[in-house]
Amino acid sequence: MNAPRSLSRLEFEPLPDSSSGMVELSRSPERGFFVAAARDIFLAFRSKGEVIQALVFFIVVVSLFPLAIGAETALLRRIAPGVVWVAALLSVLLTLPRLFASDHLDGTLEQMLLSPFPLTLIVAGKMAAHWLTTGLPLALMAPLLGLQFGLGGDELGVLVMSLLLGTPILSMLGAVGAALTLGVRGGSVLVALLILPLYIPVLIFGAGAVEAVATGIDYAANLSLLGAGLLFGALATPFAVAAAVKISLD
Amino acid sequence: MNLYKYASPVTFYPLAGKLIPWFAALAVVFGLVGLYLGLIVAPEDAQQGQVYRIIFIHVPTAWVGMVVYLVMAAYGVAALTLKTRLSSMMMEALAPTGALFTALALLTGALWGKPTWGTYWIWDARMTSTLILLFLYIGYIALIHAIEDKKRADKAGALLVIVGSVNVPIIYFSVRWWNTLHQGASVSATGSKMATVMAQGMLIMALACWMYAIAVVLARVRAIILERQYQGANEILGFEIAGTEMTGTEMVGTK
Amino acid sequence: MSNLATDPVTVPLSNARTLSAEGLTLTRGSRCLFRHLSLQVSSGEALMLRGANGSGKTSLLRVLAGFTMPDEGRIFWNNRPLAPAGSEARHLLFYVGHANAIKDDLTTLENLAQALAIDDVALANRTPAALSGALDSVGLLARRDLPARKLSQGQKRRINLARLLLIDKPVWLLDEPTNALDTDGVNLFTDIVNGHLKRGGLVLIASHLSIPLAGAAQELNLDENARVRLETIA
Repeated sequence: MNAPRSLSRLEFEPLPDSSSGMVELSRSPERGFFVAAARDIFLAFRSKGEVIQALVFFIVVVSLFPLAIGAETALLRRIAPGVVWVAALLSVLLTLPRLFASDHLDGTLEQMLLSPFPLTLIVAGKMAAHWLTTGLPLALMAPLLGLQFGLGGDELGVLVMSLLLGTPILSMLGAVGAALTLGVRGGSVLVALLILPLYIPVLIFGAGAVEAVATGIDYAANLSLLGAGLLFGALATPFAVAAAVKISLD
Repeated sequence: MNLYKYASPVTFYPLAGKLIPWFAALAVVFGLVGLYLGLIVAPEDAQQGQVYRIIFIHVPTAWVGMVVYLVMAAYGVAALTLKTRLSSMMMEALAPTGALFTALALLTGALWGKPTWGTYWIWDARMTSTLILLFLYIGYIALIHAIEDKKRADKAGALLVIVGSVNVPIIYFSVRWWNTLHQGASVSATGSKMATVMAQGMLIMALACWMYAIAVVLARVRAIILERQYQGANEILGFEIAGTEMTGTEMVGTK
Repeated sequence: MSNLATDPVTVPLSNARTLSAEGLTLTRGSRCLFRHLSLQVSSGEALMLRGANGSGKTSLLRVLAGFTMPDEGRIFWNNRPLAPAGSEARHLLFYVGHANAIKDDLTTLENLAQALAIDDVALANRTPAALSGALDSVGLLARRDLPARKLSQGQKRRINLARLLLIDKPVWLLDEPTNALDTDGVNLFTDIVNGHLKRGGLVLIASHLSIPLAGAAQELNLDENARVRLETIA
């Protein structure tokens, strides 16, 4: 079965028997999630540039604020949660085209739609891969930037936690926008227009959590709300994104 | 079986034409009564003086702006599940009106804010939520106009509004949460003790806004039906609209 | 044809596979591409789609693949309705369009492996030896570890030919599959398609070239006025 084929000998395995008129369906559809996630992570590592660019963008944007506002420590500490969160949001926004655009251009998205795996699981895998290659690095980089802004230990911890819970939601909602605007003129600006209003609750709860620590309020509620949003997003957005991809391929 | 899909714009077009004058007339009547109650009958406010009277516009427009988005979401669900062509056209027709009312609510809020709090804009929870709602409208309008293929634009717009409408309560909740956390200005748009005549005036003004909105949306959806027929766009082929001599088959031939 | 939808009891005879479509109508913009188009392709048969540029060949393939919803009409597999992009359709249909679905950043071998992973080809059929064998068959073994950006258009097409060798879906929908292929490549493609037909597969090809096919073949001509002519060749 595994013998190498040569030009003179093009042989095929017999087709799966469909005499009953029924097709044997996929052996394990849930593998679609991992196949898609592994593929996108593999591709991201192959072209490391894009992952690093988003991270550098994040750092540069955050560094602009002290230059624009002044380096007064008390002020910087106060604005730090908001600044880091807004910068994270913009960095994620910047990487959204990567989710589907190149797969759309080169025809891979069509192949994914016709894959035996359900499209919902494939896009869920892509969203997971997107978070692992953007949101996660941002969350891990954030404490360093927080230090520059004079945040204390507790605040840094909550900042990382809020980003770990919140950035996956950014990837999920962003995927909806990215899928809807595939191949559309001015797509990247349009994505921002569609998605930024939807990002607002994540921003409020995320930055709010860090600020709560700073002002001595209980931050658990903010993180719980982010967690709830994460669960709800994980359950709902893959269906919306799969629907959006189908609409865009029509 | 496809008759249903084809038939709805056909039957709706003349029906809408008949309804428009009625809604327009009702809008004028309610508007006159509402303004009379609001500007003349209603007493001057003890604290705010005459300025408060802008709520007779502000509150109804905010209501309409909010509800129109939810109506659009309902049409969006219909468009994607029942695949009715008319639903998408209704969404397209509703969006500018919804955006207009939301913008009016923001404008009147700002005009009210200047004499009341000394600033045109405060980051009050309601004002902020309304601003975000306006962004949602703009996003929808931008999306459907950016996509060239009408069929795709319809579906994409429907999906966007559905996703948006799921988010609207979350956005409202989060903005209120944010507002209390930051102890921002808390504005009570309706006042603590509202006279009955004020409530009546506001309600009648809201009805006026609704009648106006319905009349305008019906007129716009008629325009959209015609526009799509002239373009011969997509599926709305093969039906005749009273007063226009064109049929779908002719359109296919001409271009 | 008319009793296709109504009579689910007449389950086909053993091993018969039939893809059919009934009353397909598609309008794009102001143009009707085809109207009330019906077709039927059975095991071991090929259907060639002919027509000038813009006559709707690609659109028809995309309708059959389930990417595009037709205005009217339905598609059947073994006389049972086939939901577009439904689970069954995704196990039956294989489609390659103008785009090759090749990633420039990946090597030839990686491209093939990734594509087959998405196709959910059984692991036993995509061992390293099987992949190398397939690449050898299409003449790409020497370029196995070269990034795809260094391959020519024709060589990228050949990666998809290797994919055809390993895929086990019965229905192939191929849009201009011979584009960018040299004479040798076209011959290779013909051999692969004939091999698939011999094992009882179904092939629908949109192409300008005449490809010498084994077994029964039909030709479907689409013209600019949405007229359709179906004839049997060979």
